Amino acid sequence: MNAITQKRSFGAAQIILFLSVAILVVVVAVPVLLIFFNAFWVGGKFNLRDVLKIIGEPDTYQALVNSLIIATGTTLGSTVIGTFFAWLVTRTDLPYKRFMKSMFLVPFMLPSFIGALAWKMLLSPRAGFINRFFMVNFGLSAPVFNIYSYAGIILVEIMYLFPFVFIQVCGALERMDPTLEESARISGAGLFTITRKITIPLVMPSILSGALLIMLYSMAHFGTVAVLGIENGIFNIPTLIYQRIHQSAGSFASIRTGTVLATVLVVTAAFIIWLQGKILSKGHYQIIAGKSFRPMELKLRTLRVPLFIFCLAYIGFTIVLPTVVIFLVGGLKTYGLPFTWENLSLDNYKFILFDYKVTKDAIWNSVTLGLSAALVTMFAGVMISYVIVKMKVRGKGILEFLGMLPFSVPGSVIALGVILAWSGKFGINLYNTVWIILVAYIARYMAFSLRANSAALEQVHDSLVEAARACGATMWQALKDIVLPLVRPGMLAAFFLIFLPSLRELTVSIMLYAPTTRTIGVAIYTLNEDGETVVSAALAGIALILIVTGQSLVNYFTGKTGGAGGK
Amino acid sequence: MSYVRFVNVTKRFGSVTAVDGLNLEISKGECFSMLGPSGCGKTTTLRMVAGFEDLSEGEIYVGDRLISSPEKNYYLPPEKRDFGMVFQAFAVWPHLSVYENVAFPLRIRKLPAAEIEKRAADALRSTNLSNVAQESPAALSGGGKQRVALARALAINPDVMLLDEPLSSLDPHLREEMRFEIKDLQRQYGFSIIYVTHDQAEAMALSDRILVMKLGVVQQIDTPFNVYNNPINKFVFSFIGLSNFLNVLRSGDKAFPQGCDVPLPPNLIPPDTLAETFSLASRPSEIDFCAESDNNGRSLRGIVRRKAFLGEIIDYQIKIGEGEVRVQKSRRTPGPEIGETCGLILRRPFWYAGTE
Repeated sequence: MNAITQKRSFGAAQIILFLSVAILVVVVAVPVLLIFFNAFWVGGKFNLRDVLKIIGEPDTYQALVNSLIIATGTTLGSTVIGTFFAWLVTRTDLPYKRFMKSMFLVPFMLPSFIGALAWKMLLSPRAGFINRFFMVNFGLSAPVFNIYSYAGIILVEIMYLFPFVFIQVCGALERMDPTLEESARISGAGLFTITRKITIPLVMPSILSGALLIMLYSMAHFGTVAVLGIENGIFNIPTLIYQRIHQSAGSFASIRTGTVLATVLVVTAAFIIWLQGKILSKGHYQIIAGKSFRPMELKLRTLRVPLFIFCLAYIGFTIVLPTVVIFLVGGLKTYGLPFTWENLSLDNYKFILFDYKVTKDAIWNSVTLGLSAALVTMFAGVMISYVIVKMKVRGKGILEFLGMLPFSVPGSVIALGVILAWSGKFGINLYNTVWIILVAYIARYMAFSLRANSAALEQVHDSLVEAARACGATMWQALKDIVLPLVRPGMLAAFFLIFLPSLRELTVSIMLYAPTTRTIGVAIYTLNEDGETVVSAALAGIALILIVTGQSLVNYFTGKTGGAGGK
Repeated sequence: MSYVRFVNVTKRFGSVTAVDGLNLEISKGECFSMLGPSGCGKTTTLRMVAGFEDLSEGEIYVGDRLISSPEKNYYLPPEKRDFGMVFQAFAVWPHLSVYENVAFPLRIRKLPAAEIEKRAADALRSTNLSNVAQESPAALSGGGKQRVALARALAINPDVMLLDEPLSSLDPHLREEMRFEIKDLQRQYGFSIIYVTHDQAEAMALSDRILVMKLGVVQQIDTPFNVYNNPINKFVFSFIGLSNFLNVLRSGDKAFPQGCDVPLPPNLIPPDTLAETFSLASRPSEIDFCAESDNNGRSLRGIVRRKAFLGEIIDYQIKIGEGEVRVQKSRRTPGPEIGETCGLILRRPFWYAGTE
């Protein structure tokens, strides 16, 4: 009798590995490869000249330049504002710092295209409330500010993107060893010199890394430019891709232009991510504290109250005002009426929630799509992370690369790739169904899930599983009874990291929707384009309530306060 | 001549008194250590000298210059105090080279370029860093980083050097080496040292005088010799060196270790009549074994519970009634085995009122 079973050549491990590779290849790799293939491969031949010709066309070239202008302006502005506010709430005696810090993180939650809608209502050259107020009351002949401009787009993007720098720099300043600054002080340097020569250089890697993140995001950003740019003919890469695909209903030429633009986006994004990695690995100083004394606080003295008022004004102007406008306009009977009690009601909200098929469908679609995408991605993510973190197999580096690829692939590119892969060319046609949106969501959010699950799995030491095996558990039992319960928080985190953003998703859905498969984002955007301003604002209001409630619940249950745990 | 002077210095954080009415004078060129468990107020005291904490009450002088006084609403900021300071976590700036770290305080003082170069080079030479001057401190070992911190503190040739547990991030071997280097540098430059540590060996080896602190209150200020040999109270006795305490109960003119029916020999009963109960204190190295029967009024009796061979010494744990006493003898001295009863002679008994 042979008590020792043969090591099976094809066991659970191989099944997991095979499934993981298959999921990532089908969902992520194929769409991206198809984009490159379509961009460079014409009539069975590699063709670079055509690619260059497309880039050289005035429209395309202008979109590239616009993307660069907007991204550069947004990055510079956000970096200055984000660093300044971070310094203010961590290193000075500004009043109510904790409250300020959580307020500065609020824009993280708010979808920027809804913000853009609000600013359009406030500052569009003729109808904007602020412009009209000044023109009527002060007799100005021209609007105070035209939001349909580069400056307008950049300012709105800054409002919603600066938290990327803010949170990175806050984190670095809070974790920094206070004795690094104290030793400069005892060396004879005043607080201003210390900030300039010690503090800022030490957090420079965090500043740059946040800035590059904003650059990456802004290059590929759809919503704000779509809402504010198209009026004046300002297109960036994603909006031009959308416009071409949308107008020509998928003709060959438009698909080619789309894939070429997408390729440019992917290459730029890859470059930015490479640069970020380089900065982080080279300049990442060990500045984390051993002992914890409170860092020195710069006494703002006479500037304390003015800066406090400035922060409040900033928060009021960039967060409160747009939100209030959305809800007020959502309550109006007709757009253009003054805000008086008799013109305001909850009728629009009732209408979109109970009577209007378009918005009812949109809410239903977004919720079901979000739930399904989050569930699928959560389970696939934990499996793939397990292979990457725990299994000793060759080729898992490819898995890691594929899984993280969507981080550098913008939403519009994923949408385009999904169209190429799933519109019948390979036997399955999902175009114009919800399924194509689901596939795109899964591809887009897989990286979120992998990151959350990998982090959780890395906490589970191998010896825990080995101990279970030594106690007589099989591999499956060890996974079920030991590993899964321990990574459950990571899986939950992944679920919400996907569910909440997908409720406000616009970039991907706008490329893939059909009349019956609008999502909330698409419905808000298209209703607004069709001139249904009040209905669109009411839906935006509902979306804000959904998102903020969801985020608050998650924060409450995970015990976090606005992203970074304040002490 | 007193150089750094504390007058009635008190520091409160909310309702907690971190330092309570400290009066202290430190002479020029003295090496003065503050020793105590964590939270005793030693670091707070140092940070008040440095200027990172203000005072709740009292005054601090350096030479004849007042540097902090809440009563007079006077406070000299740290950057104006011209001290050198070394922190536990090194606090060398990773974005500057070793040379630039050391030159930083000189540049801040806007010295002429030639002077900066000369002084920085001197400080680097004294700390054996000349050959790594252009490197990034991030590439150095812990000991190297701490040398950079020392060189940086030396560069301005300060009169007072504040050292905040400067060696506790280093491994034990390096710690001993650096101890001597600090002492050498002090001889060479002649500055006063205020040294904060929780490591008593470090304090004993370095200091001219030691201050032992507990919950913000000074317990004893004296030379290492006196603090060890004449500890003023039970806390100091237990904090410095290894210690044994036996609870003793008086009964008429006799006294019994708790749970023991053999009375204490008369020479171990304190000369003055303390309270009904007291602690009998001793050092494990100051106890001798004797035959169990040799009880001519000198020895205690106990049973060996544990015996551990530690190399040079053998560590015994001996049960006396309900109490226990540790004894450390050279491995060359014959001793009892586990389970045997033995006699113990305490060469230097101390008595403290009250039991544990």
